[in-house]
Amino acid sequence: MSTFILLTITGFGLGAMYFLIASGLSLIYGLMGVLNFAHGAFISVGSYGTWWFSAHVFDGIHSILLQWLLSSLVGLGLGAVFAGLVELVLIRPLYTRHMEQVLVTVGLSIAFVALIQGIWGTDPKTFPVPPWLHETTTIAGAHIPNDRWIEIATAAVVLCLLRLFLRRTRYGLIIRAGVENRAMVQALGIDVRRAFTVVFAIGGVAAAVAGVLSGVYFNDVSPDQGTNLLIFAFIVVVIGGLGSIGGSAAAATVVALTQQYTNYYASSGVGDMVVVLLLGLVLLARPRGLAGAVVGARA
Amino acid sequence: MTRRALLSDWLVPLAVFGVLALVPAAHISIPKLFDQPVASPGTLQLLAACLLFGGLALTYDLQFGFTGLLSFGHALYIAIGVYLSNVAITDWHWSFWQAVLFTMAVAFVLANVLGFVSMRVGGIAFAMVTLAFAQAGAVLALKDPHHWTHGEEGLGADYTKLPKAFVGILNTKNLYWLALAFLAFVFFVVRWAVESSPGRVWQAIRENEQRVEVLGMRPHVYKLQSFVLSSTLAAAGGVVYMLLYSGSTLAVTAPNFTLSLLLMVVIGGAGSRWGAVLGGILYTYLNDRLVAVGSSSAVGGLPAALRTPLEQPLFLLGAIFILIVFFLPGGLVGIASRGRPVGLRRLQEAIRPEHGLTAPQEDA
Repeated sequence: MSTFILLTITGFGLGAMYFLIASGLSLIYGLMGVLNFAHGAFISVGSYGTWWFSAHVFDGIHSILLQWLLSSLVGLGLGAVFAGLVELVLIRPLYTRHMEQVLVTVGLSIAFVALIQGIWGTDPKTFPVPPWLHETTTIAGAHIPNDRWIEIATAAVVLCLLRLFLRRTRYGLIIRAGVENRAMVQALGIDVRRAFTVVFAIGGVAAAVAGVLSGVYFNDVSPDQGTNLLIFAFIVVVIGGLGSIGGSAAAATVVALTQQYTNYYASSGVGDMVVVLLLGLVLLARPRGLAGAVVGARA
Repeated sequence: MTRRALLSDWLVPLAVFGVLALVPAAHISIPKLFDQPVASPGTLQLLAACLLFGGLALTYDLQFGFTGLLSFGHALYIAIGVYLSNVAITDWHWSFWQAVLFTMAVAFVLANVLGFVSMRVGGIAFAMVTLAFAQAGAVLALKDPHHWTHGEEGLGADYTKLPKAFVGILNTKNLYWLALAFLAFVFFVVRWAVESSPGRVWQAIRENEQRVEVLGMRPHVYKLQSFVLSSTLAAAGGVVYMLLYSGSTLAVTAPNFTLSLLLMVVIGGAGSRWGAVLGGILYTYLNDRLVAVGSSSAVGGLPAALRTPLEQPLFLLGAIFILIVFFLPGGLVGIASRGRPVGLRRLQEAIRPEHGLTAPQEDA
């Protein structure tokens, strides 16, 4: 029983990261029709930015918690700026040319991983975390690593903030309308392109949060971590339905829990296969994803 | 067939491949391009890899450039060729030809099954789904539940079971000819396929899938044909890869392996036979030789901010790729297009979001 609880909470922690990555991917795709392969680079900007700042800039600060929080904030800022710049410089000039946009993000992801390897090498870097996160809390006999709570809480906060933003703000309204029918929004005289940069920046922040959390979860950062997480985020996005935040959250939980349970109860690696199988089944039954069938239920 | 088509589609390629076949007999050195004489095993191994990747890039171009299918999982079928043939020979002690036949049969069946499932969705979602299937293959090769692939160690082939002509450094020239034969085979199969009547439908699907449907044809059937042919040829290339590197490593299962094929095709020119081949050869050559440039004294004297990117071949190739997407959508062979829409410009319809998961609003 205690193992089951541990697996469940760890599964939610992993699902939190999948959701953070998938939500940005899903919004970007929903609004702009771009599959952003460079999302892995955004994750790495967050994790490497946090690691670098804590090791080189904030290394004088005694409180590790404060050091970690400050460098994480900088990491998130870097993620937003980097993502916004990618949209402005690389994506915007190719407006409406979807194939070229996708290919440019592919090129960026390859060049970026190579650049990180060139600068910091292929070896994993130890990620700075407050010692409290490495301790465990005992719940019903299960020893749960404390970082899992942070991951789950962060994802819940991001989910709430995203929903508030999409429901209550003018930009959110434009984005929701744009996901449903971009041509109509433009016909009403609204410049959707500014919303593009905003969506990219939001996706960049969410991915950077995932980067920081993955550093906490795995205890280190390595150049190809971003790409590895991205693949499961893709699966989450397809299962959840492209363009749907709620769908992403549900699918992220299902995928991560399935992965955890089968990796433990069957054998390591089986979980990854089962997730792909799940994807195949969802496609056969509902080609548009879990949330894709109801247009009004998006966002 | 007009005389011109006969010349440009069959006789010119035959002449080019004929000249390439003479390379192992050439006793010359090209100091700037190759460290060793052209006929030395080291150079021949590099050239064989270039030709092999020229062929592999062309198999990818068959579905991408000619049919408009953006797959991120082509590596799966190459990996099946690389791994399954080797596992059958080394772990199951089958004979070489049994192993090759079995591998090709498995690749053919799997391409049909996975292609059928993946094509439930179009455009970008198709790309993600193929990526996921390839990832499942990569996990299988890594975790190695039956102790067949040996995970991260890779699996060296049992050389006593391989044809004698392809074993040993002295036989590198035979491997070169094998890679060349693979390239020529793929080249002529692709030429025959895209000019056949289904091949014309593939190209029509690339330009406008809905119109093909309106004309009363079923695009799915044709797309699956192209996918299966492309994947089966890729598996054959995988077997050549296994022989060339006398074993299997996880590199062929990585998602980046498919992406590198995509880079090759776009750099050379999508939807063009010579473009894909040229891209594959050039990419493989640069990926190998840029390492030498990176460690040369000219680069070593530069400040670190400039030196670090120049030492990473993949950074440079990625940057070149982005520039080509921006400024040369027809790739290198597109330079001679004289303003006709070529390459990526003909693939605009292929991944229009309307073909994806968020598609038709009318059933909402």
